[in-house]
Amino acid sequence: MTMSIKVRYFASLKESLGRSEDDLEFEGIATVSDVWRRANAGKPLPDNLLAAVNMEYVDRNSIVKDGDEVAFFPPVTGG
Amino acid sequence: MTVKICAEGFDPWHEVQAYQNAAQHMAGKFGATSLFIGTMRDFNEGDDVKAMNLEHYPGMTEKQLEKIVAEAQQQWPIIDALVVHRVGDILPNEPIVLVAVWTSHRGDAFDASRYIMEALKSKAPFWKKEVLKSEDQRWVEKNTDGYKR
Repeated sequence: MTMSIKVRYFASLKESLGRSEDDLEFEGIATVSDVWRRANAGKPLPDNLLAAVNMEYVDRNSIVKDGDEVAFFPPVTGG
Repeated sequence: MTVKICAEGFDPWHEVQAYQNAAQHMAGKFGATSLFIGTMRDFNEGDDVKAMNLEHYPGMTEKQLEKIVAEAQQQWPIIDALVVHRVGDILPNEPIVLVAVWTSHRGDAFDASRYIMEALKSKAPFWKKEVLKSEDQRWVEKNTDGYKR
């Protein structure tokens, strides 16, 4: 089935990529790391980045499903 | 329990007083209130900092803060809690974060507010970008461990 995934980027990552989001459409099963590779010319997901699916932290090997919002961002620095 | 994200400056003392006055269910029940207020400094890592921008992930930030408060509620008998966090452009001396916890006894208030604050520092999706006196801008890369001295 076709998967539609929204990918979002934040903070220094958004700046270095030069964009804040991508809309992906692809066939087949994908992990969070696969989503990153599809959106970023096949490059591996950098180790320091955190990942969230639908606004919950996830492991980078977790499987995404159609309609998910996947976010990548650097370590958080609030407070 | 209330979590608030503020795009404008806020007065933590006013927030606490207004919240406590409005929370009728707490009257006579709490013996301890613990407040933590984080304020912007005009220095960091040996440099003069003249302003800061705080980015967040709308939706996820609130969700994570609510989760952190719920985790604290499971560990300590919290009567009520208020978390307020600033986003946007901030100047030195302006408050960034408020954590207020009301409990029956002081130990729970101290411990729960510490827990909420440390969890916020490591899990809530906020990112700081500093504007230095030299006009250079830089992202703060990492929060320090609050328990390390």
